[in-house]
Amino acid sequence: MTDPFLHVEAADVYYGASQILFGVDLAVEQGQTMALLGRNGAGKSTTFKMIAGLAPPRRGKVALAGQGLAGRPSYRIARAGIGYVPENRQVFPDHTVDDNLIVAAKKGPRGDHHWNRERIYEVFPILASMKDRLAGRLSGGEQQMLTIARTLMGNPAVLLLDEPSEGLAPIIVQAIGELIKTLRGMGVTILLAEQNMHFCLGIATHATVIDKGQIVYRATIDELRHNENIKQRYLAV
Amino acid sequence: MNLEALASCLSSSACAVTQISTALIIGMLLFMVASGLSLIFGVLGVINFAHGAFYMAGAYIAFFTYQATSSFLLAFLAGALGAGLIGVIFERFIISKVYGKDILMQLLVCYAIILIFDDLVKIIAGPEYKMMGMPDVFALPPLEFAGGFVPAYYVFMIVASLLIGAMLWLAIEKTRIGKIIRALAINPQMVGALGINTTLLYAAVFGVGSMLAGIAGSLAAPTRTLTPGMGLSILIESFIVTVIGGMGSIVGALIAALLIGFTRAFGAIGFPLFVDGIMFGMMAVVLIVKPSGLLGREIAR
Repeated sequence: MTDPFLHVEAADVYYGASQILFGVDLAVEQGQTMALLGRNGAGKSTTFKMIAGLAPPRRGKVALAGQGLAGRPSYRIARAGIGYVPENRQVFPDHTVDDNLIVAAKKGPRGDHHWNRERIYEVFPILASMKDRLAGRLSGGEQQMLTIARTLMGNPAVLLLDEPSEGLAPIIVQAIGELIKTLRGMGVTILLAEQNMHFCLGIATHATVIDKGQIVYRATIDELRHNENIKQRYLAV
Repeated sequence: MNLEALASCLSSSACAVTQISTALIIGMLLFMVASGLSLIFGVLGVINFAHGAFYMAGAYIAFFTYQATSSFLLAFLAGALGAGLIGVIFERFIISKVYGKDILMQLLVCYAIILIFDDLVKIIAGPEYKMMGMPDVFALPPLEFAGGFVPAYYVFMIVASLLIGAMLWLAIEKTRIGKIIRALAINPQMVGALGINTTLLYAAVFGVGSMLAGIAGSLAAPTRTLTPGMGLSILIESFIVTVIGGMGSIVGALIAALLIGFTRAFGAIGFPLFVDGIMFGMMAVVLIVKPSGLLGREIAR
């Protein structure tokens, strides 16, 4: 059996002296939309930061298409194909929408460039209508779309979405969900961190559950849907 | 106070033109030095107390290149690029070690560099004053403006500084690399996560900032005496300029540099004993009324 496309193996992450992640294993295959589910503080964001190189693991491996990433600087990890969309919508507020995209433009890991501004504006028509507006003036939902679009400009092999629904009105959450489904339909490989399980049930193909820094469950999204025990123990609010 | 002398100078166009040209060259040199200081602070969040050393390095490198080649163009390029290169080395091996550290630590490192540079100049060039002299290409009759005379070199200095300032502004506002640099100033971690080598970019920005100081040094070389320690007085005035204009703003640096230039040139006639007092007074007023400076943004880092 070959290695998974994005593969995290037995990764331990520390912030100073305190350990946050304990032997995390994670596998995402090409074309999957993998939900990483867990409560607030379970270790989802830290897992993402570890993959993106912002919180390197003290032990363990991170690999994309067989290429080891752990310990490399974050810009090299991005160039290798990890497209990290952080939580809290970190747009460049004093740049226009267009300039946010321009800053992030790069070729993908295999020299591919499906994504350019024209393509982005086709898939995100709402951004096309406000491309000269300062990003800091956009609404929360628009900023969330912009951060996703911005990362896509780098033609990533895997898109890491950290809590894209956080703090948004239900109707906007629905729009973000539709957008992720569109990207999934285009074959984009997605790893999606969420505490909002219902949001994920509609859009993910697979699920991994994390609790207290450890992976406790992995299955297809349908199996999770019917597993009341897991939902009760780890995901109920 | 001698306001009568000031009034009589302003009423004579010959005297006014001379003082205006003096104001402009003081202003332009300060503009070049301060825009480098401001760029480095705006992007890297480091107050480069050693910036004057790069001004001095540019002046001395231009001096020696001119001695060796008799070409002002080569002297200018060597002064600018030499200071930029020293800046990159300084950033990579020294100042990058104290990023994010206590500002006192940065101050201490920069102060050490100032002392080392001054001593290096004494060892290499000697402690005595040096005069580069007016380059042959500028041995032209002075240009006449409204009954006053301005040396051709002054006109060149003013035009060259404005052009370089305009290029810098365009590069930062309109080019992709400029957009990346502005993003770097706001959120370096995000810029790195988008696949951009921030370490390299920091070194490049520091190099360009140092190069601006070197440009000022090589432009000043034909008009000023070169001494070890010449970096210090221009550094202090550049800090006044960046505080008044706003850290990180090139247009603000230009306006404030001209303000200081005019204060110095006309103050020398009207209130020679109080020029420094006025300059620091303006800085104090700006700090009280608008601490971010005339055109400064609040910079988060």
